[in-house]
Amino acid sequence: MRAIVALIIMLLAAVPSLAGVTPDEILDDPALEERARSLGRELRCLVCQNQSIDDSDADLARDLRILVRERLESGDSDQQVRDYLVARYGEFVLLKPPVQASTWLLWAGPFALLLAGAVGVGTFMRRHPVGMTEPSPLSNDERARLQQLDIDKA
Amino acid sequence: MIAELGHLALVLAFVLALVQASLPMIGASRRDPFLMSTGSTAAIGQFVFISLAFAALIHGYVVSDFSIENVFLNSHSTKPLLYKISGAWGNHEGSLVLWVLILALFGAAVAVFGRNLPAPFKARTLAVQGIIGLGFLAFMLLTSNPFIRLDPAPLDGRGLNPILQDPGLAMHPPMLYLGYVGFSTTFSFAMAALIEGRVDATWARWARPWTLAAWISLTFGIALGSWWAYYELGWGGWWFWDPVENASFMPWLAGTALLHSAIVVEKRETLKSWTILLAILTFSLSLLGTFLVRSGVLTSVHAFATDPERGVFILALLVVAIGGSLALYSWRAPSMQGGGLFAPISRESALLLNNLLLATATATVLLGTLYPLFLDALAGPKISVGPPFFNATFVPLMVPLLVAVPIGSMLAWKRGDLRGVVARLSAAGLAAVLVAVLCSLYIDWTGTAAALGFALAAWLVAGSLNDLAFRIGLFRIGFARSLERLAGLPGSAWGVIVAHAGLGILVAGITASSAGQSERILTMKAGDETDIAGYTVRFEGVTNADGPNYEARRGTFVASLDGEVVARLHSEKRFFPVEGRPTTEAGIDTTLWRDLYFVLGDEAGPGLFTVRLYHNPLVIWIWGGTVIMGLGGFCSLVDRRFRIGVPRMAQSHAVAAGARA
Repeated sequence: MRAIVALIIMLLAAVPSLAGVTPDEILDDPALEERARSLGRELRCLVCQNQSIDDSDADLARDLRILVRERLESGDSDQQVRDYLVARYGEFVLLKPPVQASTWLLWAGPFALLLAGAVGVGTFMRRHPVGMTEPSPLSNDERARLQQLDIDKA
Repeated sequence: MIAELGHLALVLAFVLALVQASLPMIGASRRDPFLMSTGSTAAIGQFVFISLAFAALIHGYVVSDFSIENVFLNSHSTKPLLYKISGAWGNHEGSLVLWVLILALFGAAVAVFGRNLPAPFKARTLAVQGIIGLGFLAFMLLTSNPFIRLDPAPLDGRGLNPILQDPGLAMHPPMLYLGYVGFSTTFSFAMAALIEGRVDATWARWARPWTLAAWISLTFGIALGSWWAYYELGWGGWWFWDPVENASFMPWLAGTALLHSAIVVEKRETLKSWTILLAILTFSLSLLGTFLVRSGVLTSVHAFATDPERGVFILALLVVAIGGSLALYSWRAPSMQGGGLFAPISRESALLLNNLLLATATATVLLGTLYPLFLDALAGPKISVGPPFFNATFVPLMVPLLVAVPIGSMLAWKRGDLRGVVARLSAAGLAAVLVAVLCSLYIDWTGTAAALGFALAAWLVAGSLNDLAFRIGLFRIGFARSLERLAGLPGSAWGVIVAHAGLGILVAGITASSAGQSERILTMKAGDETDIAGYTVRFEGVTNADGPNYEARRGTFVASLDGEVVARLHSEKRFFPVEGRPTTEAGIDTTLWRDLYFVLGDEAGPGLFTVRLYHNPLVIWIWGGTVIMGLGGFCSLVDRRFRIGVPRMAQSHAVAAGARA
């Protein structure tokens, strides 16, 4: 499927190949680097087709990776880094859209649908009720036939 | 000349589609045998002419006829033959030819293999198939003609994006389209049933092999695409929740739900109108996928608006097809009364739960894929919906489904005994707990989530084995008789067991490769050593390794474990001068338990190279599991009851239906 992405990229004569983080960017502090990586995976490379900054070779992605690391080194929390980038580039930069007026439908949608579906199933089941009495026990004839069937099957 | 013949063949196919779309439909309502029989003839004829057009296009690519604009834009004389051929469908116009070719293939297959179908039903099915063909042939002839000539002819072509020059990708689109477009058959069956106002167990039996065939192809097609992404894109990822991937994943999810609900129609004659709706939705999602990929709307709504001709045409097609079929559905479906009753705890209810969760998952993927487009179109803020959203919503929907799979497939029809089934599954439950505990104890990267993932995987695989053991009465009726039962187990039972076990293997692969990937990114020069996940890796430097149409530098890595060499890997950085683009070929060493995945990067200084080393545990299980799922579908497809039993039964039903009419 990525094929057709690549195809579109080609057709639109757009942008670069995948790869991402290079050794010179990596921070010495492994904990900080780990935070930078998990942030990087949820930030969009703005000039790419649906790639995170960690997956992209684009110059902009590299600049953003370095920027994220600078912010982290200067003591920003993950949320402060996100806010900083949103202030600069807009919400488009976040691959995980924040819950707010414009996205509540997106976030609530799946659960609302599940609920609606469950209600639908419930209504369907109520309209087709099944008597909950125990089935009457087998007669001797039926028992004999069942035994015969089992022998045939084996 | 040959290109003009190809164009002519497309026009003739269009005319035949016109015949196929109209005459059989009229024939069916007048009970006119001759008019009805035109459907088969036209369907076969349409397939022949589109095949000729396709052959003409392939010919243009093979002989590098650059006077054809499509060949000029997407091929080059130095390209290896395989990629000249696969380049034919690696672009918009060519892929549309492939699309209609496969559509016509399915139409012709219904004409040839549908001998057991009642004539009016078959005529209507073929007519609907013809209407779809008509729309797409018109789209192609009016906006996307692949046979446009250039005068004067250029000396050489522009080439094909090198990352598409790959054997896996040569196969990927045909496989994917077989699935995507294959659902058109089920759709046409559903439309014909709606027109006749009759859906019953026989309908489900007729539709079953076609749905299965499409589902299997789509499963393999998606697996192939994701495998290609894994080995070609160079960083060990295999699924990206990319809109274009989602475009093929949505029909797969809906098609999976359809397969399951059709079983209820077949066995119990209930959930009829829901199954018809699913058949419509599955193909509608295929059409939507084609629209999303082909119209450029994914890049931005505004890109769509700047070159609107194609986009508007295919959007109109979409509205007519989906709107029309849903309108017919809302008109006719209420007359379809469900038959069999069932209790809340029963196989039917379990399959209903499967459908509820799969349908919600499909809708979730749809919502996430289209939401940014909607906001954009409404001039709202520009937002991105990426993997974090899908992981947060899709996974919670899938977990209960996976938990329910072994239980549901062992519940009895009508009224099941939940306690009994759970007791029968105690071995599988034990296996799941054991696996979770052992993984937490012995694999250092296993956190709670990964342990749960492995437990689910074990639950699915052991649950399938448990089901098998129960069906053959293992340890209950003597070994010899169990073996006899094993030999006599029907294909559809094998299908369930194999496909669900494959799902478990897939879950294990996904869990391990997401939670357990190790990565090292560093610069190395010849002779340097480093280590990853217990392996020592020595970089042996770089040599030249030019290919037929590219220049390449090949880096060699030697991986050893406890001083013993286990693998020599070669990773290449290729440059394609014609296209002016680089590609990366990862060096991959695959075993059942892990992939070593090494990538040579750019030269960072004299003799000093950036390298990326990955250790991906169980990653091959992802594609292994998917292939096993597909094989499960295949077991079900070859179930002889659907080949031998059907014709007799169908005819008797047809007679009965005729008598009623």
